[in-house]
Amino acid sequence: MKRRLSDFIYIGLGISLLLALLLSPFASPSPDGLEKVAETKGFSEKGKSSTFWKHAPFSDYTLPWIRNQKVSAALSGLIGTLAIFFIALGIGRLIKRTPKKH
Amino acid sequence: MHIPDGFLSHGINAATFVVSAGACAYGVKRVNRTFGEREVPLMGVTAAFIFAAQMINFPVAGGTSGHFLGAVFSSVLLGPWASLLIMTIVLVVQCLGFADGGLTAIGSNIFNMGVIGALGGYGIFIFLYTLFQKSRKGFFTALAISSWFSIVMGASAAAVELAISGTSPLRVALPAMAGIHAMIGVGEAIITTAAVSLILKTRPDLVTTYRARQDRNKKEVAHEKTA
Repeated sequence: MKRRLSDFIYIGLGISLLLALLLSPFASPSPDGLEKVAETKGFSEKGKSSTFWKHAPFSDYTLPWIRNQKVSAALSGLIGTLAIFFIALGIGRLIKRTPKKH
Repeated sequence: MHIPDGFLSHGINAATFVVSAGACAYGVKRVNRTFGEREVPLMGVTAAFIFAAQMINFPVAGGTSGHFLGAVFSSVLLGPWASLLIMTIVLVVQCLGFADGGLTAIGSNIFNMGVIGALGGYGIFIFLYTLFQKSRKGFFTALAISSWFSIVMGASAAAVELAISGTSPLRVALPAMAGIHAMIGVGEAIITTAAVSLILKTRPDLVTTYRARQDRNKKEVAHEKTA
């Protein structure tokens, strides 16, 4: 059972990494629902001038040192997906049930 | 649906932050009671899948795009409180690492997509699933409807926050946000149903909500046999 669970984890992580690597470069570049509403209802300017956090290393899912947009999106997605996996794993480990001693 | 900095007032930012932080704190307590060795790697892989899938914007009508949220998806797999924590982890990483969603609006984004999307969406799922008498068909119908609602309700909450902040009046923002996200929600329903049915086919024991039902059925059968 234990082995089969880890199989599922590897396959699930593999699928996620493939999604990030192969499909994210071909994501629709159109504005999302909120951005579209902000554009048509005339309040999108409010967001552009007031970015509070300016130190995001992969701003807008790109690696600033890679010129090719598709490669840049794919690699930033790959890094993000792996990072999220380990962060969520670590947080899960911290907050999981502490085994009771008999 | 990720709200950037500058759209919301400080009051809304603070209020939603307090509610979201409180919900997360309670979520940690709940997850601490239920999570064992088994669930930890599942939390990691679910969060990774949601992050990757959220990058893939699909086109909807009128030059707009939308993407998968995954709030009901992770609720059905790991329970609503773990789902809230997963959404929070994804949103914080997107905000700090990818400048997707504003840091000042993080409380609102967690509120809209975690508290409303995951907890609210799961509430609708359980209500419908019970209403459909926990049949297999009822499971998928409840899944599709509740994941659609998770998107539309989250977007509507965002519209209310925009209105209270004085950014856009409610009669303008609410129909616009709910309208566009009613279309994006169809995508959410399709992806959620497809992904969960794939997992149910390969590893039914990993779908917590479905497993709970089967365990109960088994217990009832066992009980009838002994009686």
